[in-house]
Amino acid sequence: MQFMLLFSRQGKLRLQKWYVPLSDKEKKKITRELVQTVLARKPKMCSFLEWRDLKIVYKRYASLYFCCAIEDQDNELITLEIIHRYVELLDKYFGSVCELDIIFNFEKAYFILDEFLLGGEAQETSKKNVLKAIEQADLLQEVSGGGQIGLPFHFIC
Amino acid sequence: MALKIVKGSIDRMFDKNLQDLVRGIRNHKEDEAKYISTCIDEIKQELKQDNIAVKANAVCKLTYLQMLGYDVSWAAFNIVEVMSSSKFTYKRIGYLAASQCFHESTDVIMLTTNQIRKDLSSPNQYDTGVALTGLSCFVTPDLARDLANDIMTLMSHTKPYIRKKAVLIMYKVFLKYPESLRPAFPRLKEKLEDPDPGVQSAAVNVICELARRNPKNYLSLAPLFFKLMTSSTNNWVLIKIIKLFGALTPLEPRLGKKLIEPLTNLIHRKIHIFSSHKMLCSQSHLIVSLSRIAVLISLSSGMPNHSASIQVMKYLGLLAMSKILKTHPKSVQSHKDLILQCLDDKDESIRLRALDLLYGMVSKKNLMEIVKKLMLHVDKAEGTTYRDELLTKIIDICSQSNYQYITNFEWYISILVELTRLEGTRHGHLIASQMLDVAIRVRAIRVFAVAQMATLLDNAHLLTGNMQRMGICEVLYAAAWICGEFSEHLENPMQTLEAMLRPKVATLPGHIQAVYVQNAAKLFATVLKNQEGNTDSTAAQETSQLMIDRLPLFVQSANLEVQERASCILQLVKYIQKLQQKDVEVAEEVCALFAGELNPVAPKAQKKVPVPEGLDLDAWINEPPSESESEDEQPKAIFAKEEPKHSRPRHTEVDEKELARRREARKQEQANNPFYIKASPSSQKAYQEAPGVEHIPVVQIDLSVPLKVPGLPMSDQYVKLEEERRQKERADKKKKEKKKRKEKRSGRGRKHDSGPESEEDITPAHMVDIVTEEMPEVHRSCLNITMNLKGNARTNMISAKGAVSSYVVSGGIFLPVKSSKHKKKKQKKEKEEKEKKKKKKHHHHHHHSDGGGEESVQNGTVEEEEPLPVSVYDIQGNLQDGSQVVVSVIFENKCDSFLKSMEFNVLDSLNSKLQRPEGSGPHDGLTVPFQLPPGVSNEARFVFTVQSIVMPQKLKGTLTFIVKNEDSSTHEKLDFKLHFTCTSYLITTPCYSDAFAKLLESGDLKCSSVRLEGVIMPFHHLLARICFHHHFSVVERIDSCASMYSRSIQGHHVCLLVKTSGQTVSIDAKCDEPTLLGNVLDEIKQTFSQC
Repeated sequence: MQFMLLFSRQGKLRLQKWYVPLSDKEKKKITRELVQTVLARKPKMCSFLEWRDLKIVYKRYASLYFCCAIEDQDNELITLEIIHRYVELLDKYFGSVCELDIIFNFEKAYFILDEFLLGGEAQETSKKNVLKAIEQADLLQEVSGGGQIGLPFHFIC
Repeated sequence: MALKIVKGSIDRMFDKNLQDLVRGIRNHKEDEAKYISTCIDEIKQELKQDNIAVKANAVCKLTYLQMLGYDVSWAAFNIVEVMSSSKFTYKRIGYLAASQCFHESTDVIMLTTNQIRKDLSSPNQYDTGVALTGLSCFVTPDLARDLANDIMTLMSHTKPYIRKKAVLIMYKVFLKYPESLRPAFPRLKEKLEDPDPGVQSAAVNVICELARRNPKNYLSLAPLFFKLMTSSTNNWVLIKIIKLFGALTPLEPRLGKKLIEPLTNLIHRKIHIFSSHKMLCSQSHLIVSLSRIAVLISLSSGMPNHSASIQVMKYLGLLAMSKILKTHPKSVQSHKDLILQCLDDKDESIRLRALDLLYGMVSKKNLMEIVKKLMLHVDKAEGTTYRDELLTKIIDICSQSNYQYITNFEWYISILVELTRLEGTRHGHLIASQMLDVAIRVRAIRVFAVAQMATLLDNAHLLTGNMQRMGICEVLYAAAWICGEFSEHLENPMQTLEAMLRPKVATLPGHIQAVYVQNAAKLFATVLKNQEGNTDSTAAQETSQLMIDRLPLFVQSANLEVQERASCILQLVKYIQKLQQKDVEVAEEVCALFAGELNPVAPKAQKKVPVPEGLDLDAWINEPPSESESEDEQPKAIFAKEEPKHSRPRHTEVDEKELARRREARKQEQANNPFYIKASPSSQKAYQEAPGVEHIPVVQIDLSVPLKVPGLPMSDQYVKLEEERRQKERADKKKKEKKKRKEKRSGRGRKHDSGPESEEDITPAHMVDIVTEEMPEVHRSCLNITMNLKGNARTNMISAKGAVSSYVVSGGIFLPVKSSKHKKKKQKKEKEEKEKKKKKKHHHHHHHSDGGGEESVQNGTVEEEEPLPVSVYDIQGNLQDGSQVVVSVIFENKCDSFLKSMEFNVLDSLNSKLQRPEGSGPHDGLTVPFQLPPGVSNEARFVFTVQSIVMPQKLKGTLTFIVKNEDSSTHEKLDFKLHFTCTSYLITTPCYSDAFAKLLESGDLKCSSVRLEGVIMPFHHLLARICFHHHFSVVERIDSCASMYSRSIQGHHVCLLVKTSGQTVSIDAKCDEPTLLGNVLDEIKQTFSQC
């Protein structure tokens, strides 16, 4: 997989993960182009499209589009499956996830993605294992950090 | 101290955290940019503080801003600071920011090496994990080199969590630093059997990706993967393994057979894995399961509600079909209607896929219909990408295999002209090259093409007006050239000349202007010629004046080419004008400037250029780098079993045969090398191509359609005309058929076309010039079927019929000689003669020897009395399939008549069968897919299925054909025999001496030997002869003793030990099949008894 993008129906980018090194300028250009192309497609069209020399696999969940770019020889169905698995993971972690969860906890969304995919390849196919790893890391954060970033209130109360 | 902490916390209370930032951005929709710039200022302040928590918070916010598209590269150093925090909370943020913001050119990455190394060896698995995750995003070659060892250690970490991450990241490391692959590979292989399924799947992932790049090296892992495939229940892993096998099967055909069963099981069990279409390349059996895909597509198209998931199915089905199309076109063709239906789909992705498939769907019958449909889509299409795709597909479809499917070129030209009206296409040059190609090669179309092009030139403003920026004006290049070159066909050359010299032309791109100028000169010559015929000389002078008036515009062009041509021609015209004023006739001379015709040059014309004496194209110019060096450069190769490279004895003088042998070996090597495109069966059938320069027979055709269609024609008209034409033709044919039947009661059963119109019955309205590759022998009044020699020679006389008296050996090619008296007699008393011949032929088998000695590379010959065809053929085993041999036959027409409707038929034996198309009976002949004008030769290939290969055998066959003279046409037949020797089942296979020794030791092989007396040739000649004639390769040679090896198409090993002393040669041979061995030895003996 070359990269993964999450964007809203309004075309706002919610999450991006690049597994190939590209300059910021290129990234921006690709994102803009892709968001436009995908948003232009009607809801009842198939989830694949060819774009440049890549294949784009996308799926819409509520107001959010999940969009992956894969190489020509890669399997589209498995990519679709990866997207779905990621959504399931988010859902389990946040508890019926919505777009706002991802906006406000965007670093968590990244952490989950990183536990699930590594370097563009699926690293853990078991949902349970991924969530376990995230929970333990979060626990570690509570202990070692003495409090979450952005929530320092109990310090002074 | 405590106060300080509290104070820090109070400070932080007033800082914005990430949530505040997001909320703030959402609240400042109107002045977002301004709000963010104040935020960035705040962040800069925060980064200056000592408190790591504040810094981490700032970095976290920056990561968010980076996603929104703001530049945060200035904070790279701060990110590194946060990364190196000892607390996991901050470290995590730091690595996240780094993975989002860093790329290869970020210079601070250098500073992180030690930090990452420290984190990798941290006792906390999550520290390590987070470092690995981050590294996977920003690993650089330097980092990969420095950290490869650390990561490798982690691959055997006690925690599976770390192991799987380490395994996966190794792939990234290999990509950046390939040298690391060699030491890491054994450990990686170990991980395939890791107890943890996550680690296992990670290892499968990595190896699968690696194998895709260089499959050869991973063949040895096939058994392991096979085990995994049958035992694993994890679909994710299964799909990867299947993909891996997809890369491996082309290299190891046996693997394919082994895979069929488990794969079919899988496919039946879980239909959703069927998208593993990737590996279908060589497995015909799977086609059966794939018909299920077709069913799926039809199901999904039948359903009223096109939900997205059904569209997904459709897309994947079409994709799978396009993979199958390459190997098994027949099975896809049966779903034509379905595919055409998909062209109407609303979804562009699906339409594009269906378009890809169309290529294999067309036939002469439906081409017009399909293209018409596509043209409709072109009109409707919205996006330019899709329209361009349509355009290229239309051209691809029409021009494939030398316009095989086009029956009416006027229609094609009008399609091309219609395409020029597309707005904003990029493919102007494509259309242009098609126009040129057709106009040059289809002589009969020129009148029509010129008229069309003249109209195009006249309306050039339509093309250039609004879309010059794109590329459609390229078409004018072709139009101008065609009008100039074939100006004699122009109806109104003066008008076209004026159109070409319009001032607006100067706005066209330079190379087009240059063509305009040059062709204006050609046109000028034609116009002059026409006008000088008249009595009025002023018209001619006016034309010259027009040229002189208009050309200066081009002389001033910025483009050098245009400038040069224009000034040259301007001076010429000025001179002509001077002559005209003196009333001198100049037209003749001006025309002479452009006299002669330009002929198409075949792409393979280079082959005709003889290689200068003493030039060895296979020799190294510089000695290749030594083995060890190349290994260092390409470390990936080390995991492969050493490619068997035997050191061949190097001969200083390179004779003909040595060259041929090398060629053969190279071919073999290429066939085994996955990076070479193999000669596919379809390309072998490219008899329609095979052009050459020597001989360009342009076929004269009488057109049955009116040539003139006023105005810009609509291609649709042609569809109708074509229908009518075909109907007429059919009626004609029936008439002829009846007549013929009356004439010859004993005539061979030609197919009656009482049934529906078959593909062959549609004769093209125009012929494409097809130029043949073979050098035709000049020989009067005879038909010669010559053979493509392929470099492996064996002598085989097929059969002789009639009284052939003598051969002439000329340069290694046998030509039968016969008296012309015979011919006359035959024409007169054809019937009588035929009966005689039938009786005769059984007694007439010449066993023909390789009389030419060493320089003769003949394969086999067929002669016949009249019209005396000589056929040489070549039998080659099919590497992919152990039961197939391919026989290529070259037919050469050496008589003065036109030969058509050739049918090739062989009487099948129990053991060998000619492969016939599905649906035809076991006694039907195969139509040779070309016709032969006088003096032309062409090659056809026929595939035979062979059961047992241990015995040589002969197959009787007949070639029937119609000889067409100006006044009459007669049915002729030619009997022949095909001799399948055991040698022809052997395939030159290189063998390594170690492997050879092991093979001999194994004891599975039966022994046999033979002695040859009186062989007077140098030992290396002898070896070369065996290699060349009998497809062996030398394993090792010591003095007067050599070991040789070959393999049959069914995998029998044949080993020879050749010893020589004086004039005696003894050959000790071993093979796992004694009968085969005996026959091969007999054949070797025969070869040497003949010299």
